[in-house]
Amino acid sequence: MSTETLEKPIEKKSEAMLSKRRKKIVSDPLVDDNPITIQVLGICSALAVTVQMKPTLVMAIAVMFVTVFANLIISVLRNVIPNRIRIIVQLAIVAALVILVDQMLRAFLYDVSKVVGVYVGLIITNCIIMGRLEAFAMGNKPWDSVLDGLGSGFGYGWIILAVAFFRELFGSGSFFGFKVFEAIGWESYVPNGLMVSPIGAFMILGLIIWVQRYKTGYVEH
Amino acid sequence: MQQSNSYIIIFAAILTVVIGGLLSMAAIGLKPFQEVAIELDTKKQILGAVTELKDGDDVLKIFDEKIKSIVIDFDGNTVADMNPIDLNMEKEYKKAPKDRLYPVYMYMNEKDPKKVDSYIIAMFGNGLWDKIWGYLAIKPDLNTVVGIALDHKGETPGLGARITETTVKDRYKNKKILSENGFLVGIEMMKGERNDPSLFGPNQVDGLSGATLTAVGVNKMIKKYASYYQAYFHKVKSSQSVATN
Repeated sequence: MSTETLEKPIEKKSEAMLSKRRKKIVSDPLVDDNPITIQVLGICSALAVTVQMKPTLVMAIAVMFVTVFANLIISVLRNVIPNRIRIIVQLAIVAALVILVDQMLRAFLYDVSKVVGVYVGLIITNCIIMGRLEAFAMGNKPWDSVLDGLGSGFGYGWIILAVAFFRELFGSGSFFGFKVFEAIGWESYVPNGLMVSPIGAFMILGLIIWVQRYKTGYVEH
Repeated sequence: MQQSNSYIIIFAAILTVVIGGLLSMAAIGLKPFQEVAIELDTKKQILGAVTELKDGDDVLKIFDEKIKSIVIDFDGNTVADMNPIDLNMEKEYKKAPKDRLYPVYMYMNEKDPKKVDSYIIAMFGNGLWDKIWGYLAIKPDLNTVVGIALDHKGETPGLGARITETTVKDRYKNKKILSENGFLVGIEMMKGERNDPSLFGPNQVDGLSGATLTAVGVNKMIKKYASYYQAYFHKVKSSQSVATN
């Protein structure tokens, strides 16, 4: 009986598509490293568009689209972008994507585009996107960068949807336009004007940050 | 990493061409959809001035069925072969009033297709920051307002932008553009916001707190355009009296 042991050549196993490390790239920005509540980036649109759920959803999808594709493109090009103009190149890519999103909205979702109008353009200035490009996409592979974009996009998205949920519910008595209070029989619900103004958004955001940091124990140093 | 100047310049040039090309193609490709969207929005605004539109209403169908539209000139004569939806209000605004073309949309009666329920005129003007525009729907007495649609390009959100709010537009219902003596006075949005409709006469509506200049723009716009359509209104009035005699 031969007792040869075959020496297997040591293969470098390619990392699973959704390995633990990669899952963490997506999940970190959801709570532990949330762009809005922990890093406190991208606040202005969080206050402005969250009066109702529908435009907020559109905004969240728009930001996610731009973040993912900008991350992908920059990551693919990361070795050919000249170092001295890299910020401008990142800006150009993000601006092109945002213009594309804006034009698509105007063509297919015109009434929503009137509500989110200016703020879609402001996605270009949203620090979350430029921040991720510099911090991650410039130094990581394409698939990892896509995951990072998804994570940051989701992290931003769920926070603004949460703010919008409360603002629309208490400020207009509805959920995605469906009149909730009237449906349960409370016909004379007087909408809370504070929730409709950005001040209400600020307060809700503050409350969310408080709850989240209490749960994760995060303390700023 | 390549650092030579020529590489940087060539990279930047290629990037610019590629991005520019992609965006141009997208703009051209999306343009027909955008124009349809704008036309739908315009028609929604026009219909919104006369009637309540519900979600799910086929705006284009209702518009085609119930609105008869013509283009007139300053003297009230109909201009043939022109579709008022194609009129660019902003371009017309740049001409002198007597050289402009004006759209008239007539909301026809359901039961009598020859009878006009209301006349809808278009208006254009200047708000505080940028252009404002709207549609005024008037009863056949050419005096009482059925409703108004207002929109703007860049008024301040929460202040001047409130002209698009339903509560503000509802203030114009049943107000009159003529004074008791029959003079054209328009409808004045007063300074300050009192929230008490009983304070205002037939030619006045409550103002917008913090948006006086936008309100002044709206007032001027209504008065001016009501005056531009006067020749046409005279014609309508005389044909009305012929019809009843």
